[in-house]
Amino acid sequence: MNHLRRHGWLLATLAVALSLPQLAALCGQDFYVSFASRLLIWALLASSLNLLVGMGGMVSLGHAAYFGAGAYVVGILSVEAPGWSSALLVWPLAVALSALLAVVIGAVCLRTRGVYFIMITLAFAQMLFYIFTSLTPYGGDDGLSLAKRLTLPGLAMAGDATFYYVVLAIFAACLTALGRLQASRFGRVLAGIKDNEERMESLGYATFRFKLVAYIIAGALAGLAGALMANQNAFVSPNMMSWNESGIALVMVILGGLGSLWGGLAGAAAFLVLEEVLTGFTTHWQIVLGLILLAVVFFAPRGIAGLFAKQP
Amino acid sequence: MSEILLETRALRKRYGGLVATDSVSLAVHRGECHALIGPNGAGKSTLIAQLAGALVPDAGSIHFAGQNITGFSAHRRAALGFARSFQITSLLPNFTVLENLALAVQSVSGSSFRFWRAVNDETELFERAREILRSVGLEDVATRPVGSLGHGEHRQLELALALATRPQLLLLDEPMAGIGPEESERMVALIAGLKGRYTLLLVEHDMDAVFRLADRVSVLLAGRVIATGTAAEIRANGEVRRAYLGEEENA
Ligand SMILES: Nc1ncnc2c1ncn2[C@@H]1O[C@H](COP(=O)(O)OP(=O)(O)O)[C@@H](O)[C@H]1O
Ligand SMILES: [Mg+2]
Repeated sequence: MNHLRRHGWLLATLAVALSLPQLAALCGQDFYVSFASRLLIWALLASSLNLLVGMGGMVSLGHAAYFGAGAYVVGILSVEAPGWSSALLVWPLAVALSALLAVVIGAVCLRTRGVYFIMITLAFAQMLFYIFTSLTPYGGDDGLSLAKRLTLPGLAMAGDATFYYVVLAIFAACLTALGRLQASRFGRVLAGIKDNEERMESLGYATFRFKLVAYIIAGALAGLAGALMANQNAFVSPNMMSWNESGIALVMVILGGLGSLWGGLAGAAAFLVLEEVLTGFTTHWQIVLGLILLAVVFFAPRGIAGLFAKQP
Repeated sequence: MSEILLETRALRKRYGGLVATDSVSLAVHRGECHALIGPNGAGKSTLIAQLAGALVPDAGSIHFAGQNITGFSAHRRAALGFARSFQITSLLPNFTVLENLALAVQSVSGSSFRFWRAVNDETELFERAREILRSVGLEDVATRPVGSLGHGEHRQLELALALATRPQLLLLDEPMAGIGPEESERMVALIAGLKGRYTLLLVEHDMDAVFRLADRVSVLLAGRVIATGTAAEIRANGEVRRAYLGEEENA
């Protein structure tokens, strides 16, 4: 029964996702297509953060650093190497460089735990933020506009619907991979570390290495999200790596469900839809968001995804 | 004399002004059950933590099978064959009993940097885990979440986790702490069954249990080893009686 219900939700989600551009056209609201693209990109960012926070117990407040880094790889290359117009070249590069950044920052941050980890991840992200605000060749404070989207063979990427399907495919692939990871040996070890790191050490697990690998994967996926967002908005700015963005990603994770595979998507959808709806009524929409967040923490600690999951 | 498996030389650890481990030189022979006794606060757990690699000594050295391992991390020592049960129960509370064991078995069954295949498909891990659960008498609660177990079962699971990593040396810190007489009896029988198969360093308070299980005994007092010998020698040792056993009899 539960099985059926879960599959029902999955099919419904998939059906809406696949037909979204047509639905938007029917409503005469083409704006929803780019909204949905942004939503999926945020969902990817939040899912990558959920790997860290929800699965690994590493609460980072600097995850937007990789989001911004991925975006700036796209932005800077559009200035320095305008000929490199293929997404097949630039996106993997954005992923690789974000991963590299995560190796360096992670190796330092993961020496600490708890509040110190929160603070040091935040510090690194803010450092990058200030570096990019002062990089005047690439727009500094004002950010950098991109002339056009990167290309993919056989696809008209300029079209919002086409781009949406590309983002959807990438998100689905990443979520599948994260699902496999969660149930794999690596995922179990990560969950064990979250539960009791000292015990895992004494069982013979080099916990630092596992945490670092998780941190790198999370950074790489966030970088991919950043690269997609740069293409979606045709714009990159230092704000993408500000602590505000890291905070939003964290709110999405908590809202959606810490450690749930679907938590990132559920949280991003809830957050962005709420923002969209509530800003229509009041400029103080964040007060309402705060109340909802409180309600989730107290009444649904497993988040929105937890409401749909089978009871343990 | 038989071969020394684990040895400390002039090991020392301070907590501020308190010397918790005071030039401890201890030799545990391969295959023996070596008990470590001493009153509360004598520094037994502190010593175990240093042996396990969870706590860094201030001075002195630790040797395992002839190798200086003083600087080795806890997980490296585990790979060498150390296993530990904690005085204060330290399990994976959000996992089931079986999952706890499977994760322990996994650590000695090839690389865990595998990201795609589901652990639940690796039946060998779970079969081995069930075997160990049977050996400690926990098979009936295999699918229960650890959080829902009683204290006695927690102690058994502590021991089971230590056994699952195919160790040579078991560091058991008060495996019977806080459990009733009946469960204690079962635990003594369990540990007796481990004798000969593993080298055991056993911290224990219950003198009856110690004298039944131990081949040799070391007595720790205020961070110092004041005596080492066979159970009979320790029982006959005047200093030990005054410092420790006498105190037990009065209590
Ligand atoms: N983390 C710590 N910080 C300060 N003092 C400690 C710490 N851990 C243990 N101690 C002190 O060190 C001494 C030895 O403690 P412990 O090794 O737990 O003794 P035992 O296991 O023999 O009862 C005690 O006096 C205890 O209060
Ligand atoms: Mg103790």
